[in-house]
This record gives sequence, structure tokens and C-alpha cells, in this order.
Amino acid sequence: MQNFQGVGVSPGRIIGSVRQMPKPVSEPPSGERLASDLSPEDAVAGLKAAAQAVHDELKGRADSASGDGKAVLEATALMAKDTMLLKSASKLINVGSSAERAIWEAGASVSEMLHNLGGYMAERATDVLDVRARIVAELRGVPAPGIPASDTPFILVAEDLAPADTATLNPAVVLALLTSGGGPQSHTAIIARSLGLPAVVAAHGVDSVADGSEVYVDGAAGLVAVSPSDEQRAAATAWAETSATLAEFDGNGTTADGHLVPLLANVGGAKDAVAAAALGAQGVGLFRTEFCFLERDTEPSVDEQAAAYKAVFDAFPGKKVVLRTLDAGADKPLPFLTDATEPNPALGVRGYRTDFTTPGVLERQLEAIARAASESEADVWVMAPMISTAAEAGRFAALCAAAGIQTPGVMVEVPSAALTAAAVLREVGFASLGTNDLTQYAMAADRQLGPLAELNTPWQPAVLRLVQLTVEGATQESSGREGAAKPVGVCGEAAADPALAVVLTGLGVTTLSMTARSLAAVGTVLKTVTLEQAQELAQLALSAPSAIEARDWVRAKLPVLEELGL
Amino acid sequence: MPERTATIASRSGLHARPAALFAEAAGEQPVEVTIAMQGEPADDALDAASILSLMTLGAAKGDVVVLRAEGEGADAALDALVKLLETDLDAE
Repeated sequence: MQNFQGVGVSPGRIIGSVRQMPKPVSEPPSGERLASDLSPEDAVAGLKAAAQAVHDELKGRADSASGDGKAVLEATALMAKDTMLLKSASKLINVGSSAERAIWEAGASVSEMLHNLGGYMAERATDVLDVRARIVAELRGVPAPGIPASDTPFILVAEDLAPADTATLNPAVVLALLTSGGGPQSHTAIIARSLGLPAVVAAHGVDSVADGSEVYVDGAAGLVAVSPSDEQRAAATAWAETSATLAEFDGNGTTADGHLVPLLANVGGAKDAVAAAALGAQGVGLFRTEFCFLERDTEPSVDEQAAAYKAVFDAFPGKKVVLRTLDAGADKPLPFLTDATEPNPALGVRGYRTDFTTPGVLERQLEAIARAASESEADVWVMAPMISTAAEAGRFAALCAAAGIQTPGVMVEVPSAALTAAAVLREVGFASLGTNDLTQYAMAADRQLGPLAELNTPWQPAVLRLVQLTVEGATQESSGREGAAKPVGVCGEAAADPALAVVLTGLGVTTLSMTARSLAAVGTVLKTVTLEQAQELAQLALSAPSAIEARDWVRAKLPVLEELGL
Repeated sequence: MPERTATIASRSGLHARPAALFAEAAGEQPVEVTIAMQGEPADDALDAASILSLMTLGAAKGDVVVLRAEGEGADAALDALVKLLETDLDAE
């Protein structure tokens, strides 16, 4: 029996058979010539046959798909046997290039042409590159890149997953996600949690497990075991039962002694918002507005934005919706706002800072938000991402006031904002901790890097201390004025970890916002502890010498986690 | 050479799904059909069966394009394709 230990990022105990995601197709060497025993005519015929095979395979998948996915697959299938692509490749073959190299170069020039056209066409440029890689794989007789197409359920193993892979990931067939690279904040982790799939990342060596091997995955413990034991089989069966009860949240976030901690959802658009409301979310703690802007060359109009925001607000009449203004830059570049040539984009002009270099976009967004809010029944709060100083918070509050927005707030992601929380909160009505970025900046560790996974966890006592300082700042700010301390919520991935949710509650965080799929698990665990117990666990975590011990010590005091497989 | 003009009716222009449907239909014709924006020289016309050519053409809703074909069945092929372009394929 062979075990792999990684970082568990999405709970679940499951047994299934492994399918490895094929390695990306390597570029055929520049100048690769046609084999001497092959005539150009035969090479062109071979290319056409490979293109036809790729077309047929994509067309087959399109036929079984539905909606937007179907349309994209149909278009991609047609690209595989496109005359423009094949003719330019054939020309290269006729002057002596290998078929692999010819289609590679032809694909590159077509893709560049589409990219330069911008807009919708630029989005299709990557489809051409995907088709090109598939044809090369077919010519070489190796498996097509991307997530394997299969009708039988399997556990997907990859080095790491990219956001683009989500489009082809069918949660009805993929049972769990395992990666050898990536960290707890990687895209794989985010995809897994949003789909409710058990997942383990940074499990070194797991990419050597043979296709078809049966493995046991514990997505909470971070364990992958080849040839599962009887106990593991029993655990997987038990999980199948508990997971059904964990799928429902009663819409009431509270500790055992009745201390209310509203559980909110992170959403990225109207579809998410409707789904979150159906899963019992008590509101929205993070409405990401990037969906309105991404993959666009120009800024959407105020009318268009207002309609998109209203669609989200309308899913939560009478409830709180915390909207985050545009957070472009770093891993979310926008051609009309951010500079792609920055040497250090995570520390660059991103989030609220894009208002320094491109003023006006934020004011127009606030105008759209105010209009949508006035036309809906939701209680709309608005916060700016990447605030570093009290002066920035003050300026943002003034912009909100000018637009007629009642409740301005800030994200606390930069350690400086946590350290000066009292001054920052004097300027605005609330704060929300974005633990993903707060961790990345506090630990100086890139979120996407597998080797830094151990640093990059919100269990780091330093990160928990910054959370505590922010709550203390809110309390300090309220002394000397009437009324309660201003709310400090958490909207990062940390809130979705039931054990961490207890710790955050103990630290004095007032609301927890997470992917809607985690609401039930967090709500269930929170109900098993009193506020006083949560406070003790928070102190325990703060006093731990390392993230691993903080997590282990707290988990040891919460036996409910092991019982439920969380 | 037989030719026809057509006004693009699909809301998204000759992109995405409309482009895929049109390229597929053009490929099924017994003759080779070319497409060009109105006013462009016939020499610059592109293969109507190539989805990538259609996308680089960048025809938006309301743009007028010229279809050309030669040989037996050319007229019938052009008529069928004009009808497709003048239908709002996004609505289907």
C-alpha cells in the first residue's frame, strides 16, 4: 500500500479509479523536417486524417454537451478541420516541414491574427492553440491534452489545474481532484470547493500513480492511499451518508449558545447568487464584480453594469449584499486598466489602486452600484479591495458618499490596513478580511506556488494575529463614540474551513462569507461550540508555534470534524 | 461568376455560433463558396467554409457581405447561404 500526503483543501472521503491528466503537448522543435521516407503528399494526408480525428472527437463531445459549452465545442471542432489552418500547414509541409511543426506554426499565426482583432475573436485565440495541440498529440499518437473525456467516473490527477480547465471539468464524472503541485489557494482548490469535490493539492508523487489504480482520498486530512484498506472503504461509505446531511444549511449561523454569526456567500454573478440563496446563504459577503469586466477590451457602460448588479441584488431582497468594487491586476489583468509589463504585479497597480492610473472607472462603477441599489430591496454595502492606508479608506468613503452609497467599507488584505485598523475604520463603516491575499502578503509567498504551500495557509499564527489586530482596531475605534464596534467579516477561503471558522468566530469576526457549498459544513460545526470555547480555541491557535500545530491543536479539540469527515 | 449580397442578421455578427453554423453549411455545398465584405476586391475573398476565415472577416450585424461561387449548383448554394446569413441565428 502506497500513501501520499498533501494538503487537504476540500473535504470528502471517496474511493475511485485514477485518470492522469496528460502532460501539456511540447512544441515540435523549430525547423523540424519531414522524415526522409515520407512524401509531402503523405504527410498532408496524415495531417488531414489527424485533423479529422480531432474534429470527430470534439464533435462527439459537443453532441453530448449542452448550453454555452456545446456552442464552444462545436466551434472548436470546426476549427480542427478548418481549410485556412490546414492550407497554411500544407504549404509548410510542401517546403519540407514536418506535419507537427507545420500545424504548430500555422496555428500560431492564426491565433495571433485572432488575438490582434481583440474582443470575442481574441478569446477564441486560445481555442486555436488548443486544437493545434490536439492535432499534434494525434499525430504523435499520445493522449489529447486537457481533462480526459470519460463516461465512467474517475479521480482526476494533474500537476495543477488552470481556470480554463473548469469549463471542461464535468462534476458528474470527476469524483475528486488531486494535484502534485499547487497550493491551498491555487485555482484547483478554488475550483474543487466551488464544485463541492474532495481535493488534495501539493501531494508530491501522486502524478506517478498509474491510470486505473484504485485510490482512497480524504480531502480534509490531505491523504491519498493506493489500494484502500477496509477501514478506508468504511470511511468512504460513511461519508456518502454524512455528505447528504451536510448539503443543507438551515440559514441560521450561530454558536451553540446562540451567538449569531451570519454565514454569507461569495458570488461572482447572478447565477451564483441565485444558487447561494437556494443553499440558505444569509446574504452575500463578497460579490466580485470582475465578471462584468473580464475578457473585455473596453469598460462596460453604467447601464450595463447597473443591470448586472441588480440581478445579483434581486436574489437577496431584504438581505445584506457586500459588493467589492473592481479588483483588476495581478492574476486578473484587464487590458484597459492594468499594465501587463509590471515586474511584480502582486505588488503593483491592482484593486483600488487602478484608480490612481485610470481615474473615472471607479466613479462610474459606484454610480452604477448606487442606481442598482436604489432599484432593489437588498441592503447594499460597498467595499474597495487592496486598501493600504486610512487616507485611501477616507477617499473611497468620500467617493461612495458622492455617489449616494450609504455603507462604504474596505477589504483588509494588505497587512498595513490590519495594523492600522482603528484609523482605517474611523473612515468607513465596516471591514472585510480577504484572507487569501492577506496571507500571501503577510507571508510574502505567492498564492500559486506549490513549494510555498506550507507558508501560504491562513492557519499561520501571523495571519491569525492580523485578524485579531483588525478586530481590536474596530473595538478601539468604537471607544469614545456611541454604538457597537464596526463589523469585521471574513470573505477569504479561510471562512470555508469549518475549524478555522470556529477560530475566526473566537477572534471576534462578525460574519463569515464563503463558497455557498461550504455553508452547511461550517454551520454544522459552529453549532457544536459555544462562543467561549471558540475564544479558547482562537487563543490556542494564536499561541501555536506553526501553522501545522495551530491546525492540529484546534482540530484535536473539535472531534466533530473527524466524525463528519471534515 | 454568380454572386449575391447578404446583410448579416445575427445579433452577435458572424461570430461564435452563427459563424459555426454558416461555415458548416458552406462546407456542405457542392461548390466552393467565397465570402468578402462588400466593396472588397474579389481576390481578397475568403473561404466561406472556414470558421477561422469568417472570424477574421469580423462581419458585424448589419454589415453587407458578398458571396461568390462557380460551377454546377452555384446559384442554389448561394441562395441557401444568403438565407442563412439573413436569419438571426443567435435567436435559435
